[in-house]
Amino acid sequence: MNLLWLQSGGCGGCTMSLLCADTRDLFGSLADAGIHLLWHPALSEATGAEALAVLQSCADGATPLDILCIEGALLRGPNGTGRFHRVSGSGLPMIDWVRRLAERARHVVAVGSCAAWGGVTSAGSNPTDACGLQYDGSAPGGLLGSGWHAAAGLPVINIAGCPTHPGWIVDTLASLASEGAESFTAKDMDALGRPRLYADQLVHTGCTRNEFYEFKASAEKSSDLGCLMENMGCKGTQAHADCNTRLWNGGGSCLRGGYACINCTEPGFEEPGHPFAQTPKLAGIPIGLPTDMPKAWFVALAALSKSATPRRVRENATADHLVVTPAIRKPGLK
Amino acid sequence: MRRLIVGPFNRVEGDLEVTLDIADGAVRAAYVNSPLYRGFEQILQGKAPLDALVFVPRICGICSVAQSSAAAQALAAAMGLAPAANGRIAANLVLACENLADHVTHFYLFFMPDFARSAYADRPWHARAMARFQAVTGSAAAGMLPARAGFLQLMGLLAGKWPHTLALQPGGSARAVQAAEKIRLLALLREFRAWLEKHLFGDTLENVAALDSRAALEAWMAVRPAPSGGISDFRLFLEIAHDIGLEQLGRAGDAFLSYGNFPQADGGRLFPAGVWAGSLAPFDEVLITEDTTRSWLAGEHVSPHPSQGSTLPLPDKQDAYTWCKAPRLDGRVVETGALARQLVAGQPLLQALVAQHGGNVLSRVVARMVEVARLLPEMERWLHQLTPGEPFCVQGELPEEGAGHGLVEAARGSLGHWLQIRRGRIHNYQIIAPTTWNFSPRDAAGTPGALEQALVGATVGEGEDTPVTVQHIVRSFDPCMVCTVH
Repeated sequence: MNLLWLQSGGCGGCTMSLLCADTRDLFGSLADAGIHLLWHPALSEATGAEALAVLQSCADGATPLDILCIEGALLRGPNGTGRFHRVSGSGLPMIDWVRRLAERARHVVAVGSCAAWGGVTSAGSNPTDACGLQYDGSAPGGLLGSGWHAAAGLPVINIAGCPTHPGWIVDTLASLASEGAESFTAKDMDALGRPRLYADQLVHTGCTRNEFYEFKASAEKSSDLGCLMENMGCKGTQAHADCNTRLWNGGGSCLRGGYACINCTEPGFEEPGHPFAQTPKLAGIPIGLPTDMPKAWFVALAALSKSATPRRVRENATADHLVVTPAIRKPGLK
Repeated sequence: MRRLIVGPFNRVEGDLEVTLDIADGAVRAAYVNSPLYRGFEQILQGKAPLDALVFVPRICGICSVAQSSAAAQALAAAMGLAPAANGRIAANLVLACENLADHVTHFYLFFMPDFARSAYADRPWHARAMARFQAVTGSAAAGMLPARAGFLQLMGLLAGKWPHTLALQPGGSARAVQAAEKIRLLALLREFRAWLEKHLFGDTLENVAALDSRAALEAWMAVRPAPSGGISDFRLFLEIAHDIGLEQLGRAGDAFLSYGNFPQADGGRLFPAGVWAGSLAPFDEVLITEDTTRSWLAGEHVSPHPSQGSTLPLPDKQDAYTWCKAPRLDGRVVETGALARQLVAGQPLLQALVAQHGGNVLSRVVARMVEVARLLPEMERWLHQLTPGEPFCVQGELPEEGAGHGLVEAARGSLGHWLQIRRGRIHNYQIIAPTTWNFSPRDAAGTPGALEQALVGATVGEGEDTPVTVQHIVRSFDPCMVCTVH
């Protein structure tokens, strides 16, 4: 399968993250999966006129384009011209190239939350009128329009995340290149077009702070070990991603790194309406309750568990290292 | 005279277009265009100050930690906060990890693949360069990527993930290292050291770091047999550089700036701040200005200090040709990067190379390699200095009104953030990225930026539409365009 990767209005971080893939040979395993890299701006030899020829050949239909990966938001400004991002050497706005290439592609993949929704590039006053391929924040539409489908029949596949985990990319691409039972179909996407292979999970699952969460033993300041939900802005109980079971860079995640999940796979995460590292509360209770949890139950359970917090959990929650270690029980029947 | 527009320029981070005026087989004038604008400075206005820590790493996926570090320092300055000792060391480790990984990525993925081009098919080293460095299929990347990913596991432990961590805080690091984790971190460093010594250098890091003269470098190369007897990718680079004269390529103005990097316990920095132009001069932050005469940005006729600066797009501006500003130090064009850092830090090999032929493609690459060899042993030392149980992060109060700046060194050079807080919110946030210095356009006086100077004189063959000399020169700066046009 021929894959063309373009970088639009973003930071390139999803590519950098991809290069951290936990594999013995990233390029080799993509090739073994049947993926032929036509061109990637950070990786390929072809440059200048040679690279433009690759793009042109795909746009003309002379080179079959199986997968078009777009990393970065689509910049429609100023005034709808797209001139905030012109493809070097071509004089044409990136959004024009993306529209033309998308019409030729069998599959179109949005790599990262910028390409999916607009992401950080569309934050604040959105000075560049940035949007995603098929979403403008949480509103369907974006550059290609809400009813749009690629040639193979799927809408844009939104591998949202800021950045994306390398495994999300590698697994989705491998699935797209597969035939039979492993092949990627509409059933493999959630309601926002995200691959369910990572988006059916919550970040909360597998969080190492879960014991603190159970007892609502909360961190109060940066570097505390406690649960980050009550005070520090953590949205891990709402965020769709498998970050704490599919770890980052060998063994990390945001929570394991000492800071809150900012729900970076969700449309509009860049404008949460509150400072990122502060939990918004109403009458002392966090507004953003865990997904699927009725408020009354949460309030009742939180009150109960707070009153039952063991000393070890309570004291460790506001320290940056274990100050109380678990008791050693007598061997034998428990 | 013919005019050539070269782009898209790949294997640089982000978008770049270079316009060349060519006569008699050489570049006579160059105009560097950064064709992307994203507007982070506008996005940051009105945000809660600590939210900068979420936004600024996302300026750039390859200098992500450097951006975090500059923001954390600017916020700490505004808060009047000195980071906890452990936090300072952890932040140094995280930034050094990024800088080192970037140097290695640049060498293997961005810079060396150009020598596998068919334009060099007649050179004696071409078959080896192809086998080792050809983009995507070369054997070097297949080995380097897992080694790099293994090294970046340090980020998993110290920063949660890379890129885009929130672990770096004004008061230090949000991620306290536990005693048992030091052992694992040391093992990660040891593993990467072994890979570098076996494949990149074919020698110990200490021996490479100790190279102190041209004669020493040539002697080092001479005792390493070319094709067999183990690998030294650095040696292969030196062989290529010697054969095609990379030392004659890409000289700019030979004024070099480093903000200094890696704060130490005594308040100094491991690589100190300074300006090198044949001799060392002190660096004074107040002498920085930004000119927008040839940028699609408002503000011509004034060149304010970045704390007074603004970034407002004017896409129809006449005579402008880039989204990049033209920063100047006391009115001068300066070059920034590993070469500048090592010159200011007094590394004798680089000082000798620059004394002879100035900053050029060879000396820029050698500086990165020497920095790799110098930095990893420092990381090993820092790791031993971490004291689990002692604080990693101190807390402070954000002022309602205040200002601060943060100056750090990303892999590719000097990065500065200037922050002003009014009524508890970000009033102004201005950023000068390393490649803004290096790939600056002409200023009000018509003086070209560093790359624009470095390209003049590069030879271009008849009918060559992507001149290979231009490729080498551009990539020797390890540009990061997404930072440039934040």
